[in-house]
Amino acid sequence: MLFKSTYNELLKIAFKPRSYIGIAGIILIISIILFAMKVDGSFYISLITGQFDQSLLFEGEILNGNLIAYIIIQMLIIHVPLLIAFVTGDLVSGESAMGTIRLLLTKPVSRSTILWSKFFASCIYTLIVMLCLAFMSFVLGKLIFGQGDLMVLKSDGLIVFQEGDITWRFFYGFAIAFLSLVTVATLALTLSCFSENSIGPIVATMGIILLFTIIGSMDVPVFDVIRPFLFTTHMAAWRYFFDDPLNTTNIFYSITILVAHIGVLLAIAFYKFNKKDILS
Amino acid sequence: MDDRIKIVEVKNLVKNYGNFCAVKDVSFDVYQNDVFGFLGPNGAGKSTTIRTILSLISPTSGTINLFGKSLITNRNYALSKIGCIVEKPDFYKYLSAKKNLEIFARISGMSISKTKVSELIEFVGLTGRENDKLSGFSHGMKQRLGIAQTLLHDPELIILDEPTTGLDPQGIIDIRNLILQLKNEKNKTVILSSHILSEIELIANRMIIINKGKTIVQGNVVDLLNSEEVIVQFKVDDVSKAIELLKQSEFNSNEITNNDSNLLIHTKVEAIAIINNLFCSNTINVSSIETKRKLEDYFLRLINT
Repeated sequence: MLFKSTYNELLKIAFKPRSYIGIAGIILIISIILFAMKVDGSFYISLITGQFDQSLLFEGEILNGNLIAYIIIQMLIIHVPLLIAFVTGDLVSGESAMGTIRLLLTKPVSRSTILWSKFFASCIYTLIVMLCLAFMSFVLGKLIFGQGDLMVLKSDGLIVFQEGDITWRFFYGFAIAFLSLVTVATLALTLSCFSENSIGPIVATMGIILLFTIIGSMDVPVFDVIRPFLFTTHMAAWRYFFDDPLNTTNIFYSITILVAHIGVLLAIAFYKFNKKDILS
Repeated sequence: MDDRIKIVEVKNLVKNYGNFCAVKDVSFDVYQNDVFGFLGPNGAGKSTTIRTILSLISPTSGTINLFGKSLITNRNYALSKIGCIVEKPDFYKYLSAKKNLEIFARISGMSISKTKVSELIEFVGLTGRENDKLSGFSHGMKQRLGIAQTLLHDPELIILDEPTTGLDPQGIIDIRNLILQLKNEKNKTVILSSHILSEIELIANRMIIINKGKTIVQGNVVDLLNSEEVIVQFKVDDVSKAIELLKQSEFNSNEITNNDSNLLIHTKVEAIAIINNLFCSNTINVSSIETKRKLEDYFLRLINT
């Protein structure tokens, strides 16, 4: 029954026009970035490399598909969660708003199964968005700008990764980025269980991401205690795969925090959804 | 004592929302093959009771047994045997009628073929519109689709909450005939909540009236209505003579109303034939006898008590 119910949820997502806003947004934004980089990329690169001109000699094509993918992910990883929340924040509350929740919950399927199916469907949708992001940035970027070594500018210096040492880093980087997006999707789904309208959970999710991001970026000692536990802090954990050497402690810590968030949020969602009186 | 199989058994149902008590003490039984009328004014607790039977709302106290088993421990079993429309038939507007039915068929606990879906679409008269999105459907069309959805998994118990709301006269007749068809030909049990009292009177064999969250009365519709006085309208050719005759007999004047050539008389059902005989034997021609708004009066009298 879980499989059938998940299939239903995926169908609903597939036929809902709002599901394509996120994907269309990603395609549009990345297309604009790719176009801008193709036209004026060398100028953009010179702004970064300019500070090293006196001390380093750059050989080969710095502006390549790998660098483009890195720039795009860095730019979009803050915005994609909003597009994810736009769909997942509507999964329960949208049913309440439409009134379909009455029919759905009078079927011989447990409420837990329905919520699991909504969770799995939101994970699959997140994966599709993530694959779209990966294809547009990594695959299309390479097709347009070609291969080459990746130059990554860090706060403590410049790291250059050789062409053969890059793909696996992106793969795992996308994987951990996917985990952070699933955390956002779960947050939106949980908030959705508390609401009877579609907009509330989406706005609340965006508000929480914004608040946590502000707290995480403020260099104030009072926030130092909570900062490591905020999921927003770990949404940039994909960057750890572009450290040399890899800091596995940081990677596993981020994965633990993100998984713990998913676990706690799901526990809240299941408690609320199973206890909820359907009055809409 | 009814020896038929109990399909629904509700005992001392209570539902509180904080300090507000929506259902105080409702108890009733529905037997196999009943068309059970569920009546009550707005805010009486009808919807809350129906939602509790469907496990959409958890009761504060009381017990609900469906098909002889507790709803709490056998929720999925019970729901697999129930088809329902709660309040209004809401569907996914961005999906077609057919897709909507397929979605609910998939989680109905039974294997339902696409042929069955098509048959039901035809049955409710939506052939030709099955691939149209629900956003373009009228209320009546959604109501018909709701009926189709209710019958998808061939349920034993059908719960219809205000099924004729928003339907045109032909639609109301169609739904009424459908309910009778389900009872008589398919041996289904139907719980029917409606504000249209004449509808309940026409098709229900048993009923409950609740008010302010409490059971006021329940039982066999015919027995309940016949235990009360009814208003009978006699159309006669000589009204004043008829009134005189009635006054001379056991009827007193405050039970008789003169309305043109019509006499409205509050009386027991058994007295109708006696009055008719009285008129006929005294050369008063009776051209029609009509029982007026029986259930409506009964209902209003009960809830205003």
